[in-house]
Amino acid sequence: MSSLLSVGALADGSWLAVPAISFNIEALGDRFWSLTIEGLAYGSIYALVAVGYTLVYGVLRLINFAHSEIFMLGMFGQYAVLMLLGFSPSGNAYAEGAVMTIVYLGIAMIGGMLISGGAAVGLERVAYRPLRKRNAPSLVFLITAIGASFVIQEFVHFVLPALTDGELGGVNAQQPIRLVEQKEQFTIFGASVTNVTLIIIGSALVLALATDMFVNRTKFGRGIRAVAQDPTTATLMGISRERIIMLTFLIGGVLAGAAALLYTLRVPNGIIYSGGFILGIKAFCAAVLGGIGNLRGALLGGLILGVMENYGQILFGTAWRDVVAFALLILILMFRPTGILGETLGRARA
Amino acid sequence: MHRRSMRAALVLVAAATLTLAACGDKSAGGSGSGSESSSAATSGASGSSSSSAAPAGGDLAINPLVQIDIDGNEVEASTGTDAVSPAGDGSATCDGVSVAMAGALTGPNAALGLNILYGMQTALKEHNDANANCQVEIKQFDTEGDPQKATQVAPQIVSDASVIGLLGPAFSGETKATGTIFSQAGLLSLTASATNPDLTANGWTNFFRGLANDAVQGPAVAKYLTGSAGFSTVCVVKDNSDYGVGLAETITEGLGDAADPSCAADVKTGDKDFSATVQLIAGAEPDAIFYAGYYAEAAPFVAQLREGGVEAAFVSADGTNDPQFVDQAGSAAEGAYLSCPCGPAPEEFAATYESEHGQVPGVYSVEGYDLMTIILSGIDSGITDRAGLVEYVKNYQGQGLAREYQWDDNGELSSSLIWMYEVG
Amino acid sequence: MSTPVKQTSATPLGRPHAGVGDRFRLWWNAQSRPAQWAFGVPFILFIALVPILNIPVLTTVGTNFGAVMAQFGMIALIAIGLNVVVGQAGLLDLGYVGFYAVGAYTVALLTSPDSPWNQTGEGNWLSQDWAWLAVLPVAVCITAISGLLLGSPTLRLRGDYLAIVTLGFGEIVRLLADNLGEITGGGRGLSQVAYPQLGQTEANPGGLFSAGNVAGRINSGVWWFWLSLVLIMVVLLFVGNLERSRVGRAWVAIREDEDAAEIMGVPTFKFKLWAFTIGAAIGGLSGALYAGQVQFVTPTNFNVINSVLFLCAVVLGGQGNKLGVILGAFIIVYLPNFFLGRTDLFGIPINGNEIANYRYLFFGLALMVLMIFRPQGLLPARQKLLTYGRQLYVAARRTAKRQHGDAGTGDQHGTTGAEEVSR
Repeated sequence: MSSLLSVGALADGSWLAVPAISFNIEALGDRFWSLTIEGLAYGSIYALVAVGYTLVYGVLRLINFAHSEIFMLGMFGQYAVLMLLGFSPSGNAYAEGAVMTIVYLGIAMIGGMLISGGAAVGLERVAYRPLRKRNAPSLVFLITAIGASFVIQEFVHFVLPALTDGELGGVNAQQPIRLVEQKEQFTIFGASVTNVTLIIIGSALVLALATDMFVNRTKFGRGIRAVAQDPTTATLMGISRERIIMLTFLIGGVLAGAAALLYTLRVPNGIIYSGGFILGIKAFCAAVLGGIGNLRGALLGGLILGVMENYGQILFGTAWRDVVAFALLILILMFRPTGILGETLGRARA
Repeated sequence: MHRRSMRAALVLVAAATLTLAACGDKSAGGSGSGSESSSAATSGASGSSSSSAAPAGGDLAINPLVQIDIDGNEVEASTGTDAVSPAGDGSATCDGVSVAMAGALTGPNAALGLNILYGMQTALKEHNDANANCQVEIKQFDTEGDPQKATQVAPQIVSDASVIGLLGPAFSGETKATGTIFSQAGLLSLTASATNPDLTANGWTNFFRGLANDAVQGPAVAKYLTGSAGFSTVCVVKDNSDYGVGLAETITEGLGDAADPSCAADVKTGDKDFSATVQLIAGAEPDAIFYAGYYAEAAPFVAQLREGGVEAAFVSADGTNDPQFVDQAGSAAEGAYLSCPCGPAPEEFAATYESEHGQVPGVYSVEGYDLMTIILSGIDSGITDRAGLVEYVKNYQGQGLAREYQWDDNGELSSSLIWMYEVG
Repeated sequence: MSTPVKQTSATPLGRPHAGVGDRFRLWWNAQSRPAQWAFGVPFILFIALVPILNIPVLTTVGTNFGAVMAQFGMIALIAIGLNVVVGQAGLLDLGYVGFYAVGAYTVALLTSPDSPWNQTGEGNWLSQDWAWLAVLPVAVCITAISGLLLGSPTLRLRGDYLAIVTLGFGEIVRLLADNLGEITGGGRGLSQVAYPQLGQTEANPGGLFSAGNVAGRINSGVWWFWLSLVLIMVVLLFVGNLERSRVGRAWVAIREDEDAAEIMGVPTFKFKLWAFTIGAAIGGLSGALYAGQVQFVTPTNFNVINSVLFLCAVVLGGQGNKLGVILGAFIIVYLPNFFLGRTDLFGIPINGNEIANYRYLFFGLALMVLMIFRPQGLLPARQKLLTYGRQLYVAARRTAKRQHGDAGTGDQHGTTGAEEVSR
């Protein structure tokens, strides 16, 4: 906060040499709709990743710091599946017509989901379950998550290239395999909407709705909500807490895997071992913004963060993108200390 | 109960894998039946680079275009054929002499450091193979590109009596933090990559820069862009590295009115999504975009520019002049101009380098080779102490693979020329 | 976040023979203050001499041991400061590196010739030789103020919300340093930062603390290490006294149960703000040391990863235990350097550089394993009696000894010093 205030003080030029921060309101006005649409697309990716943070937090009161690496593994998962399908690096997968593109898209998404979901469940079993058995305090979970995050990143950085003969992982980003050729479909208020944007927003919407239905309508979902509300009573009611926890990690992982595919559609060059970290932090911000532990809050938080970040970087300059995101988070938490929608999945904290 | 659910999950995974494999076969085989566009799948499987709708990165390479001076005028390139060879005449004798290499060898910035190291090793191998009585050793010191780490490494280099010359530090930041150490020790500090102009203004008598600094590269490229290339509006985009900030400043200055401030944008190292920057640039409709930064960001940036419908020429500098740029950007890299104070790697060198290190020469590899050659030739001439080597380099004049090497009093190359490359 | 040491807070009185560590702790706590100093001072002197004794195996090969120890001194300070916030008051701070950055940048902005706010020019108040020393309290004050400013709106947030807000703050500080290029130099950084000008000689024009002083065994790194050691001692005394005061007791209460503390009349917000401010000030002190030693400040050194590493140092060493977190800091700084450039270890040939390359992989694995088997850290904190503690420990030891000597009552572990006192 202090830093924000000091920027304000600097801007009126009252003391020594001060930098001028320009506000490009005109550009924001010109491109308002296209910024909004782009922001929504990026925000849907945040939202899907944020669901993983929020569900795990709701059930376990644990910041799964390694969730960003689950997302990163999802990017590699879908890439590996595409390579197994016979596409070479730097190739295009969209050359065989719309139907095949959709088929490939589906296969890659399932691949990403499987890898991410599997990794999330594996992480839970290897790293978190032993801690739960020992009833460890939450800071210990956080440190374990940080450790796991290092391990997964370095695994992709160093070990994966050795295992795959240099095809996957390593220092450099993967050469992209393009699944969809970006084309303008139509315009809204003068802003062009591309097929990639449509796919991202559409898939994210479907997945978000499905997850919401799953959590709110099904037996398993009821179990998740019950454990989030009161683990002891839930256990007494015959719900297996361990299975619910596993399920929670699975859902979070699967959604992260889907988000990974959508992200690579938009940023085909983003497949790199360090590629999940900042996005993960932003997604966590989104979860907190909406009210951590709250499923719909995570979705809303993701969209808001994506859009505001996009406005901010045009308004203040592209270098201020992350500053806008974090400042927004701090501001909202100051006025709504439990996020925009509050915590509903779990009990409100005292 | 619990076990059963686990087993069910396993079966599910196995089934999905099988389905995937089956789909893979079908798509590769089935699509081969008719449409001409099937090559993406089939040729990909056979390992060669695929191409159907658009040419992939494999067909593209960074080719030298022209050599320019600080005013952007074309200069005839000197041929690298008569370059000094590290092998010497094969009769050198020396004992227990080593050369230190300091730079990022691990961590996120390792790629550039390794390029230099590999270039040095190529030169060293030629030298040691030819001179049985003079086996020189390279001592590697990893700074991770971190200034504080560099201050920990530097005393080790200085206190190692066998080290009579240093090639590095690689980055400007670590050079700033350790310059006094090497200067006080009187150890030759020959950099193959630190291009910050201020470095030679510290009065260090031991510091020599083996390539043109940003203050030369910036104006030269700017003049070339507005002159020979004929661009009238240029958007300058920079990353937040020491290198990017410095280069962007000199470029913007050199471009003068041609630099459009409304589309000057900043990105961060590690960014992969540039949609807002692309929108900004699309709105400004410039003739060219200059990107000051490294290939890791330049590749996705140029790809997103092209996808966003920006057809303006893409220009960048030595940080981007790496085969990885073309690999990662693919067809979007086509037509990009890349400047570099580094000369093109001659084919023979490139072949040797690739056979020794399993990758093609990258940015600064040639410099690593050339500068190592200079140090080795000094050792071959009988120099065994640090002061002697500094003196030798100060008075050195000779042809390298990339350019002619001769330094002025400050430690800058007396003739600093810039190469322009084009991806095609 | 609210119960970091609950598990381990069983008092040593409850199990007098729990282990070597506890037995040592009991012995130590029973010593009188002069006796503690008599043992402590030689130990500290030994630590101070470690970088120049050139102990085989321990001394690093690829990097200068003195300079590594200098970095250890800074990170130890950081760990002590972060321990106040995380270990003692139980506030999770993921953006502590922000304070480190504020401290470093304050010094750099006021003394670097690259900065527009440079005050070292002719006739300015920092033009003297002691510029670094003069700017040190300024840096500490400004960092403390920044802690106060960050804390006052955000400390009403609980646990994980606070964590993400502090993380955001840390990133904002770094990004500001990056983006406000006209002041901070942006990615170019600020060079030629002031450092203590002391002991200039012909051979050593920069003085003892100058980076150029690398000749001989006592190089600039060692001098910086000694300086940070002195500061660590001062800070430890300060924090130790705070811990035993009303403030310290309030922190423990807040850490264990904030609501209960509030109800019992502890002004929790005020004391949380104190913890934040004091922690920030110590971080700023360390940042000022950093700026002086490296003489070059650039934003990349202050990223989230470093914040996380600092937190790891605290948890690894044992949060809440001041000596533990110093050990944690040593491990974090020393281990990566240990393997660098090493070609053999105890006669076994190893490729140290290769191992150093994988440091984060091993580090992550080590963290995971440690958290499973020793979640309280290497040197766990024990809840101590804060007042009249020594008398009690003396009594406890006496009981323990008597039981030990008396073979027939070997199973009387339940009899404690507390009972002894109460008789």
